[in-house]
Amino acid sequence: MTSIEQAAPWPEEDRPVENTGERASWFQVAPLVIVLSLFFGLPMIVVLVVSFFDFDRTDIIPAFILDNYVELFTREVTLRLYASSLKFAVMVWLVTLLLGFNIAYFLVFHVRSLLMQIGLFLVCTVPFLTSNIIRMISWIPFLGRNGIFNQSLQGAGITSKPLEFLLFSDFAVVVAYVHLFTLFMVVPIFNSMARIDKSLLEASRDAGAGRVRTVFEIVLPLSKTGIALGSIFVVTLVMGDSFVVRTMSGGQSASVVSALQNEVAALQYPPAAASAVIMVVIVTLMVAGILRLVDVRKELAR
Amino acid sequence: MKRINRRLLLKGATAGGAYAAAQAVTGFPTVWAQNTKDVALVHAGGSYAAIKEIGDQASKDLGFKVVMQAITDDVQLNRSLTQPTTIDINNIDSTKMPYLVGKGVLAPIPVAKYKLWGDTVPLFTKGSYPNGTMASTQGLAPIEAMFYEAGDGKKLASKPTEFLTMIPTIYNADTLGIRPDLVGGKDKVTSWKDLLDPRFKGKTALVDYAPVGVMDVAMALEARGDFKYKDKGNMTKEEIDKTIKIMVDLKKGGHFRSFWSTFDQSVNLMASGEVVIQSMWSPAVTAVRSRGIDCYYVPLKEGYRGWYVGLAPMAHLGGLKLDCAYEYMNWFNSGWQGGFIAKQGYYSAVPSTAKKFLTPEEWDYWYDGKPAALDIKDPYGTLMEKKGSVRDGGAIWDRMGNIACWNTVMDEDRYLTRRWNEFISS
Repeated sequence: MTSIEQAAPWPEEDRPVENTGERASWFQVAPLVIVLSLFFGLPMIVVLVVSFFDFDRTDIIPAFILDNYVELFTREVTLRLYASSLKFAVMVWLVTLLLGFNIAYFLVFHVRSLLMQIGLFLVCTVPFLTSNIIRMISWIPFLGRNGIFNQSLQGAGITSKPLEFLLFSDFAVVVAYVHLFTLFMVVPIFNSMARIDKSLLEASRDAGAGRVRTVFEIVLPLSKTGIALGSIFVVTLVMGDSFVVRTMSGGQSASVVSALQNEVAALQYPPAAASAVIMVVIVTLMVAGILRLVDVRKELAR
Repeated sequence: MKRINRRLLLKGATAGGAYAAAQAVTGFPTVWAQNTKDVALVHAGGSYAAIKEIGDQASKDLGFKVVMQAITDDVQLNRSLTQPTTIDINNIDSTKMPYLVGKGVLAPIPVAKYKLWGDTVPLFTKGSYPNGTMASTQGLAPIEAMFYEAGDGKKLASKPTEFLTMIPTIYNADTLGIRPDLVGGKDKVTSWKDLLDPRFKGKTALVDYAPVGVMDVAMALEARGDFKYKDKGNMTKEEIDKTIKIMVDLKKGGHFRSFWSTFDQSVNLMASGEVVIQSMWSPAVTAVRSRGIDCYYVPLKEGYRGWYVGLAPMAHLGGLKLDCAYEYMNWFNSGWQGGFIAKQGYYSAVPSTAKKFLTPEEWDYWYDGKPAALDIKDPYGTLMEKKGSVRDGGAIWDRMGNIACWNTVMDEDRYLTRRWNEFISS
């Protein structure tokens, strides 16, 4: 206990000193606490309770049984589903990180005029003016067997047969995720980079560092808050998704949540609840892991 | 209090006119029309059955309001069980019946309350075809889902009794949809086994719904001669395991292109040529055709997969509202709805009334399987079939008379869901 407190000490000056200040901060935090406990805490407790219930074809039966968890942990499919969701999370994270970092870098350090910077930033958000579903589904006619992309490839003589792996495949799922979630990486990284004092970069160059070294030793460490926040967004969104996986894989791949949905549709609430509880635990651990690597709180207060 | 009274009074005054109009249009005795102006019945069901136009017409003919709510199957089941009072008229797909029987949410219907029972096709009243032969009882056959043992609605009877579970409304024979232009012609697919044929590797799809998806594969496996099921509609665990194992192997071998979960997806898969053979609903085939793309609901030699839906009043109804519910259910099969839905390819449980709302050419095309004497249009007036075309499978009893298995929910449905999840994630 003490060692943890020592490991993450509150900076002395941030600590509320005055009594009135303390009370005020309680008031300030109250609305959030109320909203969270009503709309997150309470439902979560219900889910936890139901996960121990028994069930038959139509009813859930109050009980305290571990069967739902036992079944979840002993089935091979659970592992496969998590492996599949994690695989997508890692792939999408890598691609969005690469894209997000470079786009943010370009916007912050290459675009000189503020107006241009804001303009380009807004351009990045334009796709968000349409619904997620439409943006995702528009990939289907594009990537399909007789889709625009395959037809162009064949027209240009690059391929002789349509490429089948483009649609209803892991590839299609990753493409859609990247398209949907890259902005969630761009925005926090952009935000972090914009706070970097430009004179640091000049100092780095004066000291003889090349561009690459400056990026890795100055920009990257100073953007890690943004990277951490963006990673949290992307990883939790991918882990919690079922719709994109289902649609873009043509139902060929499943995710933890899509299997959970099948259970809900079959009125099997207790196993679905158990699955949800485990999901929350795992995603929380992942977020905690990211936060452990980067102290977002400290960086934001900087 | 006063205000409410006055409003009721005003409503009552105008209801007289509505009463006369209702009489003139349908001939239904709406003796209590003065009170029914304020009644609103919530009719909830799948989008293929709970159609707004039907509710609007009913409201016009009956003088009280019918609110149509198109909802998905799982939402419907959930609401029926956990919030039964949010529904008045439940438009039930037969496969939901085993979930709802004995739960006290549906009101059993005394046969006497339903005036059109005598005119209903014998498939529902006796479990047989008009020519007297008994219909297949694989899966949940109509005779097995239509009757309660007694007025308490606790158990299904599997034989005619005085208490109906629901009023049968529409039914159809389902089969596979194909793209004749991409499989080499209409005659190239003749059996369910073609669903698993390596010719269509990577170009096959199934519906992502365990009870139907597994049944379609079971039909194919039986046709291919892999093994014979005791009852495809109620498989044992071993039979489920055997079937799923073959499906997993096929999936790993890249046989399936997709598993669709919505109507639109099935239409797009077919229209784009991603898939050339798949499980499909009849109106989806029509939707592909209406885009000018050749699509065919192919009659297969092993027969069709049958389904039927009906209306049941919810148990919480009473008094005036229950009377209105009966009135509405009687109206439902009195012709207008049957005529409307026929143009989407579904059959009415009381064809003689639907006939009055179809032109002779439409009747000949949809029910008698004769070549269309005129262009055939859908209920909204869009051209569906050109003059001279013939309905797939022919006349009603050539199609409905050849049901191999009915849509169902198996005793092992919990196990089936689990194995289906494993199949999809494999």
